[in-house]
Amino acid sequence: MIQELLRVERVNKTFPGVHALKDVSLKIGRGAVLALVGENGAGKSTLMNVLSGIHQKDSGKIFIEGREVTIHSPLHSQHLGLSIIHQELNLVPHFSVAENIFVGQEKKRGGIFLDRTRTLREAKTVLDRVGLAIDPNVLVRTLSIAQRQMIEIAKALSRNAKLIVMDEPTSSISGREIERLFRIIRDLKANDVSVIFISHKLEEVFAIADRIAVMRDGEMIGELDSKQSTPDAVIQMMVGREITDIFPKTATGTAEELFEVRNLVRAGQKQPLSFSLRRGEILGFSGLVGAGRSELLQAIFGIDAHESGEILLEGKPVRIGSPKDAIGLGIGFVPEDRKLKGLMLGLAVRDNISIASLDKISRRGVVRNGAERISVDEFIQKLRIKTSGRDQLALHLSGGNQQKVVLAKWLAIRPKILIVDEPTRGVDVGAKKEIHAILDMLAGEGVAIIMISSELPEILGMSDRIIVMHEGQITGELLRREATQEKILTLALSRETA
Amino acid sequence: MQTAKGDAPVTLPGAKPSFIRRVRNASSFGIVAILVVMSAILSVSTSQFLTSENLLSVFRQFSFIGIMAIGQVMVIITGGIDLSVGSVFAFAGVTSAFAMTKLDLGVPVGLLVGIVSGLAFGLMNGLFVTKLRLPPFIATLGTLSIARGLSYALTGGFPIPDLPPAFKFMGQGYISVIPFPVILLVVLGLIFTFFLRQTIMGRRIYATGSNEEAARVSGVNTSNIKILVFALSGVLAGIAGMATAARLGVAQSTAGVGYEMDAIAAAIIGGASVTGGVGTVLGCILGAAIMGVLKNGLILLSVSAYWQQTVIGVVIIIAVTFDLFRQRSRMGK
Repeated sequence: MIQELLRVERVNKTFPGVHALKDVSLKIGRGAVLALVGENGAGKSTLMNVLSGIHQKDSGKIFIEGREVTIHSPLHSQHLGLSIIHQELNLVPHFSVAENIFVGQEKKRGGIFLDRTRTLREAKTVLDRVGLAIDPNVLVRTLSIAQRQMIEIAKALSRNAKLIVMDEPTSSISGREIERLFRIIRDLKANDVSVIFISHKLEEVFAIADRIAVMRDGEMIGELDSKQSTPDAVIQMMVGREITDIFPKTATGTAEELFEVRNLVRAGQKQPLSFSLRRGEILGFSGLVGAGRSELLQAIFGIDAHESGEILLEGKPVRIGSPKDAIGLGIGFVPEDRKLKGLMLGLAVRDNISIASLDKISRRGVVRNGAERISVDEFIQKLRIKTSGRDQLALHLSGGNQQKVVLAKWLAIRPKILIVDEPTRGVDVGAKKEIHAILDMLAGEGVAIIMISSELPEILGMSDRIIVMHEGQITGELLRREATQEKILTLALSRETA
Repeated sequence: MQTAKGDAPVTLPGAKPSFIRRVRNASSFGIVAILVVMSAILSVSTSQFLTSENLLSVFRQFSFIGIMAIGQVMVIITGGIDLSVGSVFAFAGVTSAFAMTKLDLGVPVGLLVGIVSGLAFGLMNGLFVTKLRLPPFIATLGTLSIARGLSYALTGGFPIPDLPPAFKFMGQGYISVIPFPVILLVVLGLIFTFFLRQTIMGRRIYATGSNEEAARVSGVNTSNIKILVFALSGVLAGIAGMATAARLGVAQSTAGVGYEMDAIAAAIIGGASVTGGVGTVLGCILGAAIMGVLKNGLILLSVSAYWQQTVIGVVIIIAVTFDLFRQRSRMGK
C-alpha cells in the first residue's frame, strides 16, 4: 500500500496583483498529522483552497496516493478523499445533526424519497467513531462550537475522507474540548486518516503534529520534525525576512499623555485591558488575526459596547457610548473593512469626505456648498486622491484612493486621536507609501495615532511603541528601538519574551 | 449639492462640464424624457390633452399621490418602505373631519388633528423599525391594518360630509388659475428638495441608506434618521389625505386603498432604489406625473377602464427598466 497520501509539487497561484503561492511543495503520508503555520497572508488558506477545489492552480502538480489529479471543484475534491473543515464551519443551523452529516449526499429510497431510518442509523455510526454521544435528531443550532466541530469531522468521515484539513480548529474552543479534539485526531491517525492542522497556536502544534510546515509570503520555507525542533526555530522560519526601513518616519512622539484606557472589559469578555497613548505618537497594535485588536478599538470608539472600565482623555474621564460621542471628543476611526464600514460607495467623493464633519461646513443645519467645496478640494489635494472630480462615485476609485477618502473623512473632523485599522490593506505600493507619509505628518502635528496592523514591517517601521495582543489579552509592549519581528511574533503567539 | 446618484463628468477635476452634458447626466433625465415623449404623443393623438384646463386638472389629480410620494421617497432612500401611507391617508382625513364636524373644533384644529394623526403613525412605524427591529415591510404592513381599522371604527363605516368651506379650499380652491393642491405639491416639493439636498439631516438620510454601518461609524444616529423619515412620511400622507377629503367634500374611511402602491411606484419610477441611498424629490414628483399623464391619456383616448390598469403596469416596468439600464451603464464606467 502506498504510504504517501498527498504530494503537492511546485504549485503556483496568482491573483490580480498578488502571487499567492510560489512554487509550493508539500508531502504528507498516510495517517500523519502535519501542521501548517505561517503569518496572515502567508498563503495557507490559498493552498487549502486549491486542495479543496475552490481555486484552480496555475501550475504545478498534485498527486493523491501516487496518482496525478486535477481538482475541478469542491465536490470533486471530496470524491478524491480530501475534506476541509473551515474555521467558520459549514453547517445548516436549522437542520438536525443527521441531516447535516449527509447534506449533499442524502440517503435516498427509490431515488427520490429521503430514507430517514438509514440516515439516522448511519449518522449514529459515524458519530460513534468520533466519540460524540449526541442524539442525531437534535438541531445543530442548539449545539456548542465544540460539538459542531465534531459534527464537521463526522461529516468528513462519512465521506470516507483520507485527508482532513482543519483550519484553526481551536480558535473557538478550549481546555477539555481541545483535549477531546486531539484524542479524535489521534484516533484518525490510528485509522490511517491524515490531518493537516492549520493553527497559530504553537503549543498545540507541538502537542499534536508529527511535522510542521512553515509558509511565508507565499513560499514553503521548510518542514520541521516536531520532536526534534523548538517553537523558536519555527518562529525564526516564519519571520526570517529582511527589514528595509522604507518608511519615511520623521515624527518621534512626545511624552505628554493624552489618552488612557483603564481596565476595559469588552462585552462578553472577561479580560480587563489597559494602555495609554501620548500626543504625537504612533502606537502600533500587533498580533495575529483574532487576537482581539479590532474588537478592542471598536469598543473604545463606541461601535461595540463595553461592560466596564474607564476611558480618560486629557486626564478627565469620558463616556463613549456611540461613534457620535467619540467624534465629539475628537477621535476618528478608519475601519478595517472600508467597503463595509468606511465608505458609502454609492455616494460621491464629496459626500463621503464631509459626512462626519458636516457641522463644520454648515450654518444652522444648512450645508454651505462653497465651504464644502473648499474643504473637500483641500483634502483631495493634500492626500493626493486620484479622482475625476469631487462628484465621482466612491465606487469607481481604486482601493488606495478609496482608503484615502476614508482618511480624508476623518482628517476633516480635525481629530486629536486617530485610530487606523489595517490602514494599507488592499492598497497598492504607491498609495501605501503616501498613506504612511500622511500618518507620519499627522503625528508630527501632534495627533496621536493608534495603528492596528498585521504586517510586521509596517508595524516596525511606523510605530513609536508596539502593543502586542494574543487571544484578547495584551501580552507585551515594546519600544521602537528594542522591537524585532521575532519578539513581536513571540508575544503574538503568547509566549514570553526571551 | 450632489444628489446620491451624482454626475460623473469626464472633464478636468473640479471643472464644470458643459450644460448639455450636465442635463444629460442628471439623474432625472430619463424620466423627463419619457414624460415629454408621452405628452407629445398625446398632444398629437387627442385635441384635448394640451389644453390648460386639462393639464391643470391632471396636475391636480396626481398632486395627492405626489405629496405622499415625497414622504415615501425619503423612507426608500434610507432603505426602508412605508406600506401604511394609504391607510394613514384615510385616517387623517376622517380624524380631521371628525374634529371639525362632530366636535366642532374649527378648521385650524382640524388641520392639526390630521397632521398629528399622520405623525402618530409615522412615529409608530419608526419605533417599530428601530426599537423592535421589525423589518419596515412588516412593521408598516401592521400599521396599514391598524390605521385602516381605526378609520372604520371612528366612522362606523359612514362617510363624514359637510366639511367646512375653509377646509374644502385646500382641495377645491384656486390661487389665480392654479388649483390649490398643485400649489401645495410645488411648495412641499421645494421644501423637501431643499431639505434633502442642502441640510445636514438630508445628507444623513442619504448616508443611512447608502451604507448604514458606515454612516453609524461616521457619527450618524441612524435610528433617529429612520424615525424621522417615517414620521415625515406619515405627516405627508396625512396632508394628502386631508387635501383629498377637502377635494371631495367628504371624508371616507375607505379612501386611499392601494395608494401606497402608487406612491411607491412614483418614487421608483422617479429613480429611487429599494436598496437605498438613491432617490430625489423631483424624481418622485415626475414619477407621479408620468402615472397621472398616462391615466389621463388613456381616458382621453377612450381606452376601456379595464385596460388602463394593464397599460399602467406595463409602462411602469418599461420606465424603470429604461432608467435602470441607463444607471447601470453609468455605474459600469
